[in-house]
Amino acid sequence: MDQQPPIPPSDLKLLGSWADSHTHRVQLALKLKGLPFQYQEEDPLRPSAALLIHNPVYKNLPVLLHRGCPVLHSIIILHFLDDTWPHHRSLLPSDPFDRATARFWSHFADDKLAPAVAAVFSSEGDGQKAAVDQVHQNLKLLELELGDGGAFGGRRFFGGDEIGFLDIVLGCGSYWLAVFEEVMEVKLVDPEAFPRFHAWLRDFEDQREVKETIPAIDKLLEYARTVRQMMLGGVATAAAGDNAASN
Amino acid sequence: MPQTASLHLTNRLHIHIVLESESERERERGARMAEAVVLLDVWVSPFGQRCRIALAEKGVAYEYKEEDLANKSPLLLQANPVHKKIPVLIHDGKPVCESLVIVQYIDEVWSDGAPILPADPYARAQARFWGDFVDKKIYDCGIRLWKLKGEAHQEAKKEFIEILKVLEAELGDRKYFGGDAFGYVDIALVPFFAWFYTYETCGGFSVEAEAPKLVAWGKRCMERESVSQTLYDPLKVYEFVCSLKKKYGIE
Repeated sequence: MDQQPPIPPSDLKLLGSWADSHTHRVQLALKLKGLPFQYQEEDPLRPSAALLIHNPVYKNLPVLLHRGCPVLHSIIILHFLDDTWPHHRSLLPSDPFDRATARFWSHFADDKLAPAVAAVFSSEGDGQKAAVDQVHQNLKLLELELGDGGAFGGRRFFGGDEIGFLDIVLGCGSYWLAVFEEVMEVKLVDPEAFPRFHAWLRDFEDQREVKETIPAIDKLLEYARTVRQMMLGGVATAAAGDNAASN
Repeated sequence: MPQTASLHLTNRLHIHIVLESESERERERGARMAEAVVLLDVWVSPFGQRCRIALAEKGVAYEYKEEDLANKSPLLLQANPVHKKIPVLIHDGKPVCESLVIVQYIDEVWSDGAPILPADPYARAQARFWGDFVDKKIYDCGIRLWKLKGEAHQEAKKEFIEILKVLEAELGDRKYFGGDAFGYVDIALVPFFAWFYTYETCGGFSVEAEAPKLVAWGKRCMERESVSQTLYDPLKVYEFVCSLKKKYGIE
């Protein structure tokens, strides 16, 4: 292993938000790779001047600054961390086909699962029932892949024996499932219907680095309840609801 | 006598493997190599074209299979059960789905060819960002240009022009989005160059007037065989969209 000089914490600065699952992805990745960093809390509804300068296209979080240069989008940041610090613990698998599979399912997490989960939070009545069904359908697909013959069959984690890229991407965000189950009084991750996914999530959340990254569940519950009340009260702006729902 | 095989990608979607050797075994070996890589695709798909361009840039032989999206093949349904979409690259029997995932896969597997993603980690991150931007913005906004009417159409037009201007600003005075080297972002965006005529005709604006550098970039990319042999004539793309509009009863 190459002897790299210690990384000064000032080299890496993360602009994020405490309740944002994409921020958690990056925090967890940095922790797993043993990379020190500075953290700046941002209000997603009131982007700072720094955020607007570094992310003029989307104005969203997280933003990782490496020696002042911005890297955007959590999935891209995770790739960047692996590319820049290849001798620290790898997040992505090394085999190209496994990498392609991980990337495919990371897009599934963001393009299919997350919007379905968000819809559960922001809808009511029949709309909510449809959203819950959609979440179940998405979880079913993941359950299949964790089973025999699936892309991740027989593994404890998507990354194998240790958590990796896809665990980080899916895991940071999946804690909202339990939160929404309680706040919305719906059943999302039924351990009988999705035993493998349920076991994976439990094992993921049990990891030391994950516990150190994800906020306590009662804080998340309080946050979700507040946003939901604001939504129902019609006081919140659309952005507030989107922010909670897309986290 | 040295035996060489040259692969010609034609605009008629067939891979012609022209072997200079008369040996039947050479012919079989060449055919087997091509069969090891299969691309499930649809001729006009800009997403499929990204894969075709990447494979051509790397000089990879492959078998092209045209899909009928109204009647998807069992192979497609098996290879992409989650989304049932093209393109799908099947390499030694293993399917890779989603065009930019496929392009990265091609870059990583055939790493001895010219690199698609740059070497520098920060440049790679920027390339991924802009590839993702193209993915998120162009196709969906473009569809609204030819599907919608009235205020929604005006909204789509405004948004599309804004997208062009952002890309124009990002390109600047560079030869390619990758700098001097044709790369990932160029591959992600260039198939849509053949759609510019459709977008401006349906949208009621001129791409060249709004983003002249982008048009010049597209023409430069067309000087590359991988691109010119893959993209269709813009009029043919427009014809295709017109037939879709008729099918959906638009206009």
